[in-house]
Amino acid sequence: MNRRPQPGDDTLTEAGLPASGRGRVLVIGCGALAREILAVLEANRLDHVDLTCLPAILHNRPGRIAGAVRAAVERHRARYESIHLAYADCGTGGALAALCRELGIDMISGPHCYSFLEGNAAFAARAEDEFDAFYLTDFLARQFDAFVWRPLGLDRHPELRDSYFGNYRRLIHLAQSDDPALDARARDCATRLGLEYERRRTGYGDLESALTRWGATAGQANGGHG
Amino acid sequence: MANDAGEDDEIVLSELDDEALNLQMQDDLYDGLKEEIEEGVRILLERGWAPYDILTRVLVAGMQVVGDDFRDGILFVPEVLLAANAMKGGMAILRPLLAETGAPKMGKMVIGTVKGDIHDIGKNLVGMMMEGAGFEVIDLGINTEAESYIEALKREEADILGMSALLTTTMPYMKVVIDTMKEKGIREDYIVLVGGAPLNEEFGRAIGADAYCRDAAVAVETAKAFVSRKHNRMSAG
Repeated sequence: MNRRPQPGDDTLTEAGLPASGRGRVLVIGCGALAREILAVLEANRLDHVDLTCLPAILHNRPGRIAGAVRAAVERHRARYESIHLAYADCGTGGALAALCRELGIDMISGPHCYSFLEGNAAFAARAEDEFDAFYLTDFLARQFDAFVWRPLGLDRHPELRDSYFGNYRRLIHLAQSDDPALDARARDCATRLGLEYERRRTGYGDLESALTRWGATAGQANGGHG
Repeated sequence: MANDAGEDDEIVLSELDDEALNLQMQDDLYDGLKEEIEEGVRILLERGWAPYDILTRVLVAGMQVVGDDFRDGILFVPEVLLAANAMKGGMAILRPLLAETGAPKMGKMVIGTVKGDIHDIGKNLVGMMMEGAGFEVIDLGINTEAESYIEALKREEADILGMSALLTTTMPYMKVVIDTMKEKGIREDYIVLVGGAPLNEEFGRAIGADAYCRDAAVAVETAKAFVSRKHNRMSAG
């Protein structure tokens, strides 16, 4: 089994996750998805797939994501048979798609993780009715202060809240797991932002299908050894 | 830019001469001190400053520094919002006086965030800086449909359409608006400027906008350049 120690959220936010060095296939992912990716790899017995994650806080600086991905691919390319990218566009304005074309690697389709965790088709179908929704995943609910509250200066200037969120109506927690404590935390985030709360169980959506596809392709191509 | 707390306690705005007060107000704007800005504006008005001079030489000049430092990664969104709120306080005092005192009018802009998008921080900053530069701004708010933009452009006899989007999923709607303008044969009657975090120049060109503006300062300069070109064409024709 590909059982790896669960990295701490603060570490995933600031530093990401190093590759273990085991396996022939590497997934480069966002630190905000590390737990979910490891869970999918384990559940599907994809022991030949290794994972490294970039710092999740790049979510707040999407202009820096493509450069960080390029550096990670260059750093790991010689060690692995194939590399895949567990990012969607994620605010890069097409930069990640262009980079993947240039480097010949695959990525997850869709605008962002909120979409592919729910499933891109389902997310797109709801989009027109949800443009006033602010989304949190499990990771972002746990790291709300690091990703939302402090970067927006709401710890120092709570009076700015409505400048940011006045046009939003509700916070939707796209839940990957069933965790009452996390649910309560996400509900509290909604209260702090002055928004209605809704929980939606998504599971792993298109993330799971992408990972299993990448794992299976590598398994077939290499006769399942390793 | 900011003075330390000890100095702040000792500063009495009304005791500063004009030049020192201007500099202090620009510092206060940088620090997002709305009440100080409102007080400073009132003092300068009492001293006989023209509202337009207060707007351009103090508030816009101060916001220019804020914008530059935001672009250079020295300031971040919360600080820019606080500065903008402070400027808004000053503008609220000056706005009714500007028309009375014959401030120059650069042109009229209709601005709004596109359909399906509720993000308005960037759009509000552009609107404020355009107003500061002498443009009349008709703000349609958020979630704006093509018909609403077009109706407002005609009703207001505007020169410029400004569209904003923060999402990759909503920015294509800008093309819908421009294509609708083309269908109605009115595209060339207006200058179309677009902006928003996920956009770039290539996107602006691809959808048929006149220009992509990466920030509020660029929007102001671009609008000025296009309006003066339009006026030149009209006087030549």
